[in-house]
Amino acid sequence: MIELSGIRKAFNQGQHNEYWALNGIDLAIEANKVTALRGPSGSGKTTLLTLVGCLARPTEGRVRLKREDISGLPERFLTEIRRRTFGFIFQQFNLIKGLTALENIILPAYPTGQPRRELLERAETLLANLKLGHRRDAKVEWLSGGEQQRVAICRALINDPEAVIADEPTANLDTHLAKEFMAILEALAGEGRTILLTSHDPLVVESAVVDRVVDMRDGVIVDCG
Amino acid sequence: MARRIRPSTRALLVLAVAAAAFVATLLDAAIPRARREAESNETRALVARLGLTDLALFTEARYTRHPTQADLHSAFQDHPLALEHFPTGSLLPPPRHEAVDRETALPD
Amino acid sequence: MKQWIEKQRYLIDFTLASLARRKTRNLGLLGVYILLVFVLASVALYTHALRIEAGKVLAASPEVILQRLVAGRHDLIPPGYIDRVGRIRGVQKKEGRLWGYYYDAVVKANYTFMVPNAGGVEKGEIVVGPALERSRGLAAGNGISFRSYSGKLHTFIVADVLPQASELVSADLVLMHEEDFRAFFDYPSGHFTDIALTVANPLEVRNVALKLSAALPDSRPILRDEVLRTYASIFDWREGIVLALLSAAILAFGILAWEKASGLSADEKREIGILKAIGWETGDIIKMKFWEGLLISLTAFLVGFVAAYLHVFYYAATLFEPVLKGWSVLYPRFQLTPHIDGLQVATLFFFTVFPYAAAVLVPIWKAAITDPDAVMRG
Repeated sequence: MIELSGIRKAFNQGQHNEYWALNGIDLAIEANKVTALRGPSGSGKTTLLTLVGCLARPTEGRVRLKREDISGLPERFLTEIRRRTFGFIFQQFNLIKGLTALENIILPAYPTGQPRRELLERAETLLANLKLGHRRDAKVEWLSGGEQQRVAICRALINDPEAVIADEPTANLDTHLAKEFMAILEALAGEGRTILLTSHDPLVVESAVVDRVVDMRDGVIVDCG
Repeated sequence: MARRIRPSTRALLVLAVAAAAFVATLLDAAIPRARREAESNETRALVARLGLTDLALFTEARYTRHPTQADLHSAFQDHPLALEHFPTGSLLPPPRHEAVDRETALPD
Repeated sequence: MKQWIEKQRYLIDFTLASLARRKTRNLGLLGVYILLVFVLASVALYTHALRIEAGKVLAASPEVILQRLVAGRHDLIPPGYIDRVGRIRGVQKKEGRLWGYYYDAVVKANYTFMVPNAGGVEKGEIVVGPALERSRGLAAGNGISFRSYSGKLHTFIVADVLPQASELVSADLVLMHEEDFRAFFDYPSGHFTDIALTVANPLEVRNVALKLSAALPDSRPILRDEVLRTYASIFDWREGIVLALLSAAILAFGILAWEKASGLSADEKREIGILKAIGWETGDIIKMKFWEGLLISLTAFLVGFVAAYLHVFYYAATLFEPVLKGWSVLYPRFQLTPHIDGLQVATLFFFTVFPYAAAVLVPIWKAAITDPDAVMRG
């Protein structure tokens, strides 16, 4: 589904603190599979996620989504591809405080201008699937960590994306909640979604749900799985 | 969610009401008022009968009661930049008499 | 189209939700904003209506008033002066006027004493303005004594009170008979305060004035046009209090806008990052903020203006009274006829709504063009 070739990514390019986070990545991510990026912090796995998810553009190299080169597209198109194709689950959940769970979930669909009733129905279904229906009108800052993550998952799914990208999804969860998350992940994979995540949690990368583990270190891939 | 009014509905409603009130003020100002018109005419008649020249807004000093009749070249009686004794002095700029002055200075 | 509307409503929903998070701060801001518009609009409406009123009413005042100057100061018209005016073509009527000021130590107010040339006031009687009626509790039939400048006490009977509707020009008037006037002020007989000339043809007025100053070099003609112009400039919205208030208000507004412009918190920046990461375009975020600016400034403008309108035309501009009153004891009570100057409203709109909307957008623009991957890295 996604092909990366000769990817390099620099931060602060041209300045004295120039830093190459990625240094020549070639990787193909298959559709309908769960792929995990594993590596120590600073290995560049999160940076790689941002490139795959169209959050950032590579300094060098090409990103192809369904055989289409998207690395040179202007921001507007990238945003649209991102909205349609990817759902994001961030490590810090990144929910908007002051809004209810339901409002947070439908937020990614605002720019599409779909009828509110449809959106709310979809959000309610998603919440019900994750057994969170009773918390729909709660402000997100009142939710527990596990609940917040489930709201974040619902938000990632509101636009019905083909791929879900998760950055260290279990980093802020205890074992019990982490296992619950893996169950949710399995269900998502079962729906035929492509899943790409980063983790160095053995519970995640050694799980049977994960089809492929890619090992990274110092901005390069050391084991393609 | 239908049970709670959407914030945008509420905001647009408030805005619509405010806009309607604004339009109402414009209409209100445009409506001629027979009673006010009559009073205005009555005042005009009084002005004509008595030969009044000024509004009775500021009665504390000669130059504020009759700004148009105050001494020439001395709108504030003293120097125009002199500290004012009366707060309303700040409301009255020096009267503009220049037009006739200049013309009358020329030989006819 | 439906989709577009729905999208805008989503953006409004979001911007209102984020405003509601800092409810006190934002309501306070809106309050100050409304107050600012209210003051500016009140001043604009009030001065405009007063200018119109003055123009309408004073259009009936004499075409030319002739004063005599001695050493640059207004002096009495000596006997025979009126005849020296001679026969100037275009002058229909010329008559000496008698009027002056009287300080009433009882209520510490200044009155304008005047002799109506048309007559109508009997000897020993006076007709008073409505403000006198209030301040001294006078009514028709009452007697009142004034101590003249020479120390003698003069008693008059109030024959009538001038109509309240004309208070704007007549509040402090005391009309009396010529003989009473001369006796009261020890006004030398044959002398007058000034001369009122009636000129039938408005085009002749300037000519008449030129001829007058040529014939009587110590005279000063005051034309009605000048009177009207003086009042137009007194209430011109750029002048006097308006200017002072306007500059202060605009300065305050600048501070307000600056506060807003530089007030993009780390939280707000993070939020923008999140929105971009989950699929909002830079344009969506700017539109969202545009709605914020528009909603606040439009609400403030409309509410402030309507409140100002009610204040000026239905509550007689009560809040301005102390300022306009100054130190005067007698102040006319008058109701202005509503007038709205379209250009004035447009100017007010432009200067209050536009800068605010812009001030909100500027910092957002900077924040919105940052890369969305910042949320992942942070």
